[in-house]
Amino acid sequence: MAKIKPRAKIPKEAELDEIIEIKTLIRHPMHSGRVKDANGKTIPRHIINKFEAKFNGKIVFSMKLEPSISSNPYVSFPFKVFESGKFELEWMEDGGEIYRLSKSVKVS
Amino acid sequence: MVIFNMKDKDLISMNRRSAITLLTCMGFTLSLPSGLMASPELVQGEIDKIIKGSVTREAEIFLDVPEIAENGNQVKVSFEIESPMSEDDFVKEVYIFADGNPAPKVGKFEFTPFSGECFASTKMRLSKTQDVYLLAKFSDGNYALEKSTVKVTIGGCGG
Repeated sequence: MAKIKPRAKIPKEAELDEIIEIKTLIRHPMHSGRVKDANGKTIPRHIINKFEAKFNGKIVFSMKLEPSISSNPYVSFPFKVFESGKFELEWMEDGGEIYRLSKSVKVS
Repeated sequence: MVIFNMKDKDLISMNRRSAITLLTCMGFTLSLPSGLMASPELVQGEIDKIIKGSVTREAEIFLDVPEIAENGNQVKVSFEIESPMSEDDFVKEVYIFADGNPAPKVGKFEFTPFSGECFASTKMRLSKTQDVYLLAKFSDGNYALEKSTVKVTIGGCGG
């Protein structure tokens, strides 16, 4: 299986009160639990079921993902830059694994 | 259904068209158990469960899905909802449903006043031609609904 790697595109600098779009992607097969492998065995469900974005410790956006979300789930969302700070992004996988990524944005 | 195996000699002798059809079917629709699909009734049921008789209100919702999706495995869905996104008036939750998929739920977005505006996008799987629904919950507890049809033309197994 390919390595699960989260990515995010966040501008390094933004003006005060500017609304930015944060684009995120995580490489993940999102096994829906309905597809069979080469040997006819059903691949068990294994998906990213939740995505959460925190900014300076506060939850600013989150999303619940179902098996109908495509593999390598892409999520983009808005954020109004009210101060400089750090984004902490988390992707929760079935089974409890959490993938994390953090990036900073500065008010220019 | 034929079990797909890369080493299988049958695949090599297969003509181009059937190989393409098989490959495009593989991703999602290959092994859908029949009779377990979502339906407009099932989606309505999910919506009723969420809104529990609350008022539905007028709202400016722009649900952006392709009219025709060539690949049902990666269908971009984005939306934009008019809202001041202030502490006392913002869009709290946005649900996406699909009435022709094995399960009606696709995802649920949760916004906050930190969002500034209400828009987002993701990519979803669609097993066939169907309606995509957007249900928005506002901070006042009211809801708004929007619907759009997506034609899915995946190989020989689309709608």
